[in-house]
Amino acid sequence: MTQQAKISIQQETFDLAQEMQSLAQGRADVGAIVTFTGLCRDENAALSALELEHYPGMAEEEIARVVSQAQARWPLLGVTVIHRYGRMAPGDQIVLVITASSHRLAAFESAEFLMDYLKTRAPFWKKEHRSDGTSGDWVSAKDHDDHAAARWEQI
Amino acid sequence: MKAVYFAWVRERIGRAEEEITPPAHVANVADLISWLSEKGEEYAYAFEKPQVIRVAIDRTHVKHDTPIHQAREIAFFPPMTGG
Repeated sequence: MTQQAKISIQQETFDLAQEMQSLAQGRADVGAIVTFTGLCRDENAALSALELEHYPGMAEEEIARVVSQAQARWPLLGVTVIHRYGRMAPGDQIVLVITASSHRLAAFESAEFLMDYLKTRAPFWKKEHRSDGTSGDWVSAKDHDDHAAARWEQI
Repeated sequence: MKAVYFAWVRERIGRAEEEITPPAHVANVADLISWLSEKGEEYAYAFEKPQVIRVAIDRTHVKHDTPIHQAREIAFFPPMTGG
């Protein structure tokens, strides 16, 4: 089984349709593709932007380690992970995960696993910039993200 | 070794990276955090709650009891909030 993966840490946005097409192009063994897109969210109409800081080098390496774990656990035919850094406005795309497999269960589960682990292991940090021009706080890590990642260790 | 700081750890210390030379008795990550905390108010502020600080040695996550003598680059940062 070919274990191809595309990992990109980039400032520019991405095109979901194009990424999905390039993952499945020219092959007939893919029966299921799951895609997840994470967006910059503004819950209280108080956010002008999110600034995403990352650890260059480690971000790529850590995501590659998480992808390898997913490939060891599910029969995946392809994986794409794109994570952006820099300044993002509400509604902008931040992260993309695509998993391809013969059957849907592996594609669904591995996509969820990848997102749960990216949130707790990939070295990225979000800082808020408020609509009133002031610099806001660093976003706090959530306990429920740790719990979401931990449940994969019990299965 | 090179120390690198991210997010609010970087902001509190006031620099993104620096060369550090801890003495021989500083054996593991927890020792290094205590030693750095003594370097000045800004370091004490950054490391005021050592248990929340995450650490990577040569770009791999490590625990606070990991030895540091082989490290070339050691990074300090808050819990991650990507995705």
